[in-house]
Amino acid sequence: MSALLELENVSRHYAVSGGLLGLRHGLVRAVDGVSLTVDAGASLGLVGESGCGKSTLARCILGLEQLEGGAIRFQGRDITDWPQTELRRQMQMVFQDPYSSLNPRMSVGAIVAEPLTIHGLGTAAERKAKTLALLRTVGLDTDMARRYPHQLSGGQRQRVAVARALALSPALVVCDEPVSALDVSIQAQVLLLLQDLRTRLGLTYLFISHDLAVVGQICDRIAVMYLGRVVELGPAETLINDPRHPYTRVLLSAVPVPDPGHKRNRENLTGELPSPLNPPSGCPFHPRCPQVMDICRHEFPQAFSTGEARLAHCWLHKPA
Amino acid sequence: MSEILLDIRGLTTAFAAHTGAGGAVAKAVDTVSLTVRQGETLAVVGESGCGKTVLALSVLGLIPDPPGRVIHGQALYKGRDLAAMDEAELESVRGNHIAMIFQEPMTSLNPVFRVGEQIAEGYRLHKGASKAEADARAVEMLRLVGIPNPEERAGSYPFELSGGMRQRVMIAMALANDPDLLFADEPTTALDVTIQAQILDLMRELQRRRGSGILLITHDLGVVAEMAHQVAVMYAGQVVEQAPVAELFASPRHPYTQGLLASVPRLGQRRTLSPIPGMVPGIFNLPFGCRFRPRCAHAFGRCESCPPLFELGPGHSARCWLHDGAPLAEPVHCDHREADA
Repeated sequence: MSALLELENVSRHYAVSGGLLGLRHGLVRAVDGVSLTVDAGASLGLVGESGCGKSTLARCILGLEQLEGGAIRFQGRDITDWPQTELRRQMQMVFQDPYSSLNPRMSVGAIVAEPLTIHGLGTAAERKAKTLALLRTVGLDTDMARRYPHQLSGGQRQRVAVARALALSPALVVCDEPVSALDVSIQAQVLLLLQDLRTRLGLTYLFISHDLAVVGQICDRIAVMYLGRVVELGPAETLINDPRHPYTRVLLSAVPVPDPGHKRNRENLTGELPSPLNPPSGCPFHPRCPQVMDICRHEFPQAFSTGEARLAHCWLHKPA
Repeated sequence: MSEILLDIRGLTTAFAAHTGAGGAVAKAVDTVSLTVRQGETLAVVGESGCGKTVLALSVLGLIPDPPGRVIHGQALYKGRDLAAMDEAELESVRGNHIAMIFQEPMTSLNPVFRVGEQIAEGYRLHKGASKAEADARAVEMLRLVGIPNPEERAGSYPFELSGGMRQRVMIAMALANDPDLLFADEPTTALDVTIQAQILDLMRELQRRRGSGILLITHDLGVVAEMAHQVAVMYAGQVVEQAPVAELFASPRHPYTQGLLASVPRLGQRRTLSPIPGMVPGIFNLPFGCRFRPRCAHAFGRCESCPPLFELGPGHSARCWLHDGAPLAEPVHCDHREADA
């Protein structure tokens, strides 16, 4: 398989200024030296807690953020070399909240057809036919085209958002918490749809979620982020069943298991969540890590191999 | 068995539609009977619109009238009818013996007071503590809910905090007075899993130390499995199944409960999800008979009339004709629409 998306040492920092004189008094390293590859047709899950930089990283990939360092290549070509409209056609996004991501004053048909209109694709009749086909693809009745977002349920709205994202036949779909706002039974419907679309249309997903069970269900690979860094990367199944980075272990052990007989084996975090304004030296996880060593305080570990196609940024895995 | 702290008997809360529905009245909570015992957690599970939040607000007398009103039933706290208490009595009970963690922290915190003061206020009022004691308590509570720099944060206003932090302030407020009975409405839904784990530990710790009863409202079956002793599953305003937690997960009997359990992705076990088809009906537009009938794979002729809760074993009951047997002794209210059908 060829790489569709390559990230090399990507960084995005924000200067924080404030006070009477608007002086700059800090730097938030929202994304800090991230390297990743997503193969065509694959589905990469990006997990981590709020503020870990997963959404910022997605915005960088979509070309919505100016990078401080590093490079993002899409189909082998740096994203800054792509014409904007061309890049937009190749990458689309599904957002978390289907209540705020659809224009309440546009009909469902107009919402789904909008990308086609903007890019001037096809005649009006062709656009209409394509819109109806898209609605069918996401499992909606074609009658829906005349309705407005307020007449739809949350699950139906999210299907509309998916249809809109597919309108331009993109190669990459970035899904930012696409099922977090939905009820359990509806969430399963949308997850099945996303899985099915990926196989049918050969889509590549970058799937952002805080819900590890959802990511484990839909992704083949997972990247775990902590304070702007990717700390562990590997195939979904082995990463979940045998986490190697101490943070991944803590994160997985905190997920409540829907089985009352399950023996809780929780690794509790010590210490407080560091401020991203003033991240710890060395490995950002070291103040809370149960297995901290001296070297962790001084130097961020490079990626060490922890098994087949697996990496962890952790000194514990430094080869002897 | 331990003492019954909260006894909800046939509670029914109705709402009037202002417009469009021709003055229709809908029961958001329909004849719900539940008990919470000392030291026990009862989880009320269901999807949006099933009435679980309205149930908690009805018990606490917090339903705005109009448009809503409790039209049947009662809620007894240690044998005393909450609805019959006068304002002074209620005030001494609410926030002190009974506390609630609300779902929307932005609308439940006062925007013009510092969060530390808001936590301290209840403690001073109900425990007669001095200002200094109450302030110290506020900082301690902020630390317990995992807020960094609690001394500094106590001086922040709600708008200066993130959603997750505001949620934790709400939790700190509810737990500050060591309540006997805690209502927690989706207390950890907006929080990260590691913080969620801390908060759930904190609630368990309160329960262990004080023997508190908890009525936990959630849609997260993982949280249910971890916290609950008893579970009530609600659908479209009614309890459709009730059981001790282990039994509910091991042998769910109502098709809706079975559907919910089959819809949840499980960590480390990739499997084919089987979602429940269709969607939750609105309360102004309920199907006649069994309310789950249009989505149910097992629906048959009898489902066109409203099933009662059938007793299936000790503490286990399900509102489904598949389990026709001995109905629980409860007032059976059925929808008037059934007569038209």
